[in-house]
Amino acid sequence: MNEKKERKIRVVIAKPGLDSHDRGAKIVARALRDAGMEVIYTGLRQTPEQIVETALQEDVDVIGLSILSGAHSTLFPRIMELLKKKGLNDVLVFAGGIIPQEDVPALKKIGIKEIFGPGTPTSTLVEFVRKNAPKRK
Amino acid sequence: MPSLTRIQQLVKGVQKGDKRSIARTISIIENNEPEAQKIISLLYPKTGKAQIVGITGPPGAGKSTLIEKLVKELRNRGNTVGVVAVDPTSPFSGGAFLGDRVRMQDLSLDPGVYIRSMATRNYPGGLARATKDAARVLDASGKDVVIVETVGAGQSEVEVIKVAHTILVVLAPGLGDDIQAIKAGQMEIGDIFVVNKADRENANKAMSDIEAMLEMATEKKGWKPIVVKTSALTGEGIAELLERINEHRKYLKKGVIDERRKEIIENELVEALTQKIRESIRNELKQKDEWNKLTQKVLSRQIDPYSAADKVLARQLKPKPTRKH
Repeated sequence: MNEKKERKIRVVIAKPGLDSHDRGAKIVARALRDAGMEVIYTGLRQTPEQIVETALQEDVDVIGLSILSGAHSTLFPRIMELLKKKGLNDVLVFAGGIIPQEDVPALKKIGIKEIFGPGTPTSTLVEFVRKNAPKRK
Repeated sequence: MPSLTRIQQLVKGVQKGDKRSIARTISIIENNEPEAQKIISLLYPKTGKAQIVGITGPPGAGKSTLIEKLVKELRNRGNTVGVVAVDPTSPFSGGAFLGDRVRMQDLSLDPGVYIRSMATRNYPGGLARATKDAARVLDASGKDVVIVETVGAGQSEVEVIKVAHTILVVLAPGLGDDIQAIKAGQMEIGDIFVVNKADRENANKAMSDIEAMLEMATEKKGWKPIVVKTSALTGEGIAELLERINEHRKYLKKGVIDERRKEIIENELVEALTQKIRESIRNELKQKDEWNKLTQKVLSRQIDPYSAADKVLARQLKPKPTRKH
């Protein structure tokens, strides 16, 4: 085997909670795909447990969370907690959707690297992921 | 070699069915990391117990949805299951959108199920280069059944026959008439044909088109391919489909599986050899800068590619000390 080493950034794009608007999530997934990444999409209405389990089985480098329901302050801490519990400490987590500015500091404090609001150019996202995805051996 | 203990840990983890170990191991193989061959060599003796079921068929026939239902049924009967679901890599960007999990959401928290999405990384034939070895990792992890889902496949993507013991070709009503059913390629590889979306009209027509095609099919060593009608939406036919898969498993046990495995392994050996030879020759030529010279010669029409290859081969095949990989 071994013609050459092939490393791709693997990302899971997940929709935690109960809102069913996934246009944003799909646009992000598409942009990352077009940037040469392998993007796993979970589909709607995922529990924190499902998202973390997917990240684990798929051995991803990055998790992107899209939420518009307002439940981020409940769901995101749970996701971060589970990631730690499963030993997925080096996974890069970012989020997007409708998240009020005043909630951002608390979310960053629990380990969400960046929160992107509506209108973020996809090129910003791509650059962010490329720059911050863990460099694994 | 500090990484050896890491490898041993991973191998141990895989055998215990630890999902994190399975995930890391598959990545190492998929990324062609230096430890990949070592890991495969350690896991290989632990494989050979699982029934590997290949699922192929055109995009949108309902393969992923059918797999979700099939896995649930298998779980009800006490089997553990691994799934490797392949989706295409973009030949333009190198990226991929892996969406098979969307149809299998109900399975993600089941401790007896492991699902891995995999991009083809431009490997031809409907699978990824690492799919076979990923299936092996799941086999070594103790899964009773390993399901391999190909990309939405057209007529000539038949790579799955090199991986699976039992092959399901999943079709849906309205995809084509009896002329399509006669065509070569995919329609020749199914052990079981599934007409999915039986809740739609024309399901019976699709069924009879395929049955008519199979009437003329030559029996493959004692197994006559069959057609099953399912609806992944309503669950109709799923139990029957599983019965047929079990029947095929029983049929395989009667010595036929050895033949099938032998075919698979022969193919694999040829492929491994080809790859190693190609790699070794190219590396050697590159070292001596001969690669450029040769390319230039072909480019300037002094020699054609085939004669150039002959010349290289004639020199390479002279015996010399073997290089360990």
